[in-house]
Amino acid sequence: MENVLISNIQRFSTKDGPGIRTTVFFKGCPLRCKWCHNPETHLLSEEIMYNRENCTLCGRCVTACPEGAVKIENNTVVTDTKKCTSCQKCTEECFYNAREISGKSLSFDHVCDIIERDTAFYSESGGGVTFSGGECLMFPEMLTKLLKFCKSRRIHTAVDTSGFSTWEVLENIAPFTDLFLYDIKAYSSSLHEKLTGVPNSLIWENLERLAQKGADINLRVPLIEGCNAIDEEVAKIAERCASMGIKKVNLLPYHDMGKYKYTKLGREYDSNSMSTPSDEKMQKFKKIFEDYKFTDVKIGG
Amino acid sequence: MRGYTERTKKLREMSVSTNPALSIERAVIMTEAYQKYEGSVDIPVLRALAFKEYMERKTLVINEGELIVGEKGHDLQCAPSFPELCCHTIEDMEVMDKRELISFSVTEEDKKLQAEKVIPYWEKRSIRHKIMQSTSQEWKDCYAAGMFTEFMEQRGPGHTGAGNIIYKKGFSDFKRDIDARIARLDFVGDENAYDKKAELEAMKIACDGIIAFGRRYSEYALKLAENETDPQRKQDLLLIAENCKQVPEFAPKTFHQALQMYWFVHIGVTSEVNPWDAFTPGRLDQHLNPFYQKEVREGTLDYDRVRELMECFWIKFNNQPAPPKVGITLKESGTYTDFCNLNTGGITEDGKDGVNPVSYIILDTMDEMKLLQPSSNVQISKKTPDAFLLRACEISRKGWGQPAFYNTEAIIQELLNAGKSIEDARHGCSTGCVETGCLGKENYALTGYFNIPKVLEITLNNGFDNYTGKQIGLKTGNPEDFGSFEELYDAFLKQMHHFLDIKIAGNNIIEKIYAKYMPVPFLSIIMEDCIEKAQDYNCGGARYNTYYIQGVGIGTITDSLSSISYNVFDKKNFTMAELCEAIKADFVGYDRIYNLVCNKTPKYGNDDDYADTIMKRVFNSYCDYITGRPTIKGGQYRIDMLPTTCHVYFGEVCGATPNGRRAQKPMSEGISPEKGADTNGPTAVIKSCSKMDHLKTGGTLLNQKFTPAVLQGEDGLKNLAALIRAYFALDGHHIQFNVIDRATLIEAQKHPEEYKDLIVRVAGYSDHFRNLSKALQDEIINRTEQSFS
Repeated sequence: MENVLISNIQRFSTKDGPGIRTTVFFKGCPLRCKWCHNPETHLLSEEIMYNRENCTLCGRCVTACPEGAVKIENNTVVTDTKKCTSCQKCTEECFYNAREISGKSLSFDHVCDIIERDTAFYSESGGGVTFSGGECLMFPEMLTKLLKFCKSRRIHTAVDTSGFSTWEVLENIAPFTDLFLYDIKAYSSSLHEKLTGVPNSLIWENLERLAQKGADINLRVPLIEGCNAIDEEVAKIAERCASMGIKKVNLLPYHDMGKYKYTKLGREYDSNSMSTPSDEKMQKFKKIFEDYKFTDVKIGG
Repeated sequence: MRGYTERTKKLREMSVSTNPALSIERAVIMTEAYQKYEGSVDIPVLRALAFKEYMERKTLVINEGELIVGEKGHDLQCAPSFPELCCHTIEDMEVMDKRELISFSVTEEDKKLQAEKVIPYWEKRSIRHKIMQSTSQEWKDCYAAGMFTEFMEQRGPGHTGAGNIIYKKGFSDFKRDIDARIARLDFVGDENAYDKKAELEAMKIACDGIIAFGRRYSEYALKLAENETDPQRKQDLLLIAENCKQVPEFAPKTFHQALQMYWFVHIGVTSEVNPWDAFTPGRLDQHLNPFYQKEVREGTLDYDRVRELMECFWIKFNNQPAPPKVGITLKESGTYTDFCNLNTGGITEDGKDGVNPVSYIILDTMDEMKLLQPSSNVQISKKTPDAFLLRACEISRKGWGQPAFYNTEAIIQELLNAGKSIEDARHGCSTGCVETGCLGKENYALTGYFNIPKVLEITLNNGFDNYTGKQIGLKTGNPEDFGSFEELYDAFLKQMHHFLDIKIAGNNIIEKIYAKYMPVPFLSIIMEDCIEKAQDYNCGGARYNTYYIQGVGIGTITDSLSSISYNVFDKKNFTMAELCEAIKADFVGYDRIYNLVCNKTPKYGNDDDYADTIMKRVFNSYCDYITGRPTIKGGQYRIDMLPTTCHVYFGEVCGATPNGRRAQKPMSEGISPEKGADTNGPTAVIKSCSKMDHLKTGGTLLNQKFTPAVLQGEDGLKNLAALIRAYFALDGHHIQFNVIDRATLIEAQKHPEEYKDLIVRVAGYSDHFRNLSKALQDEIINRTEQSFS
């Protein structure tokens, strides 16, 4: 099997499902959520992340680049992404870790090796492995194989997904997935498309079918003032999910901690139109879900 | 103010607000006693008579409101000196009075007595003087170079703890045991019968000494009671008088008396010599539980009273600063702390879960008292209930480092591995910092720290020490001539063996000096099998005898060797000669080499087998060369991996190291990774550390730092507990946690290079603080609670 592009494998991850977990972040995502705090997982290719704060402008990256894609301009290093082939010559030469590669091509065995390293912690904490992204469902073959591997080792599995994929993919992985962390970002498709770039009819449909199959589902609803932190939206989400028999939800208030990564990637971040909902508002949203008989409503991950 | 009752609030406040002072009384009484008896009696008897004289003459103190009595000096926070071990010069006294850290106030009167009375007698007689007279020049050179330290240079072999025998017998009972043993001496067939008799007689005199001390307190309390106008306090004093009439002469009958019994023994042991302080009741919950159960059943004791008594007991420990240290000993152990280390929990001698009601009361007490002494820690066994572990985690999470966690199963296996019986092993304890031993049955002493990274420095200098400007090592060749990593490692090993042999040769001399001149008849009474063997604790009388040499800097040495192996031999990033030049220049002007070794080299603490394999190799080389070697007392050498504050001193005597550690900066501490080397989170650190075979040691020390947010809430608490359980399942010996507050985060932002391994909670994951932008750091400083996933 071919390698897969992984943006990060986070050990001691404690907010992506129960217990102490290892979270595997696949690189590549069909959505472009305005508030995304992991922009380095968007593209299906390796990217250079540049941290100006670590950079001494020594120019080693400039001479290292075989494509002539790297230049120093206005006291900063600029990379021509069209010319850059992500060959990593510049990151190897950057002793200050100012230039780092986002995305590593890893083999199945390599990922398995890292997963297995923390089995002692999974078993003591009731933890396991979470597959996230980006969108891990974009890599069905690798994802299935990794899930099967985990199950063969009796490791708890969670899949953190936007649900934006064909039903076949979800249907195939469901038998090996102990828990779905399923994002719902808007009730109406038009709002969803405005905020994420894609409609959500497929997402709702998939959720419905998963629920029918009896999958263990934990909803995750990011709430962003200026986007979707609207009473009626939230109420409709709660109502529809409740009708499917879903009982667990994490309400995730917006934060802008991914902002610095946009700078590192040389991309724009629209921070003016978004903010964190007030505590009172979050409590109100929590109440809405509780009124719809959700038994496990948490604010935060 | 902290304290469960008004009484303990006041006592605690008094304890923490009083500044440490030197107490000259003991030195004067010892001098007079020696002048009276020296030459006319055998040395053990001389020691016992001097001890007795101190117990009969020392100033009595009953602090306002206290329920457990007895101070080591003439008042609380007053530390006696031990001129027979280390005779302070007037200059020493001036330094300890003036120094900024760990100071002791010294009066003009003290200095006068020291100059006129103490110095003239002890100057040439002290153990410290004898050691400096007897050890070889090469030992002295290595000592001056900071290759190793010497624990017994101004403190006696200590470190052990009391077993349960003192809760079952009084000193009148011990006297009877001693008499019975004397009656069985065989003057016909045993050539040592004379020496044995002297030792046993000495023990009897020491019994009389402590009994007299108790009686004096009883009478003193009675006298105070007569003049006391407050009826409540009058009752307290009468109770104290009654308790001190019972103990230490007779076995304790009540919970309160059990505490007072231990305390008298503690004063006795730590006054007889300065057993470098770590004497402890150890498994206190095991020892007290029978008293607690009986009295609760009878209705004479309730939770409130137990709490109050326990807090009074805690404060007694805090009233005793460790006797003043000077010179290198101060550097290796720069603290007032006495290292009295309690192990709560664990298992019972018959192998059952040891957590009992007293265990929980101890946790409540340490939580309320928040005192550095006694160092209150827990033993976690696979049988320990989660409720106990979680309560301990809850306190640990508050961030001041207590309790630390010890692995009961590891302690037991370490002790069994050292040849102890299963029952004795189950009653084992980690004392001092993390050192394993059998309470009440073992003389196990740390003998000195060993500077492992310095061995590499000497190797890279062909045996020459830059710090002292002397050739202290072997000529193993110029580093540029090593054709492979194996050749380098071979030279490193030769140097290490060379220095360890020098250390052990010195130990043999010092062990003999103590055996000959510094018997401890009082401690020998309560240490099983000293009476039966009719042999002093310092001559091999205890059931088990172990000497430890503590390895320091495993993180620094691992990363340094990894740096050479990876950069010089594998990747050929630079040559050995270039590296040596860079080290010599403290990496100034060698940016490329510096950043390669810092940022692009495999390091210990990341679950990276390249580095961890080197760690294992160094550890095994060190461990195997020492473990099992005989000591003079008929015991064995073993190793520990802990530093106290010595990693800072060992750093000061070394130049830059090949891992990018700058000159004079501290070495890595315990078995923790080099500061900033670990970048894969706590589970990776634990995995790396557990590749070391802890069970071959007598204790290892691992520090972990967290921000409060990582451990917040019910989930955070459970994850902390799970980390501990997992580490212990992997045979880790000990782990402790620092939970970092906001002020530290601000410091971390100002000096990121010093906080490279600080982990913070970012969003749905944890990250290294240094990896975040300033803006994000600001955000986290102001809002440590994260909620977005």
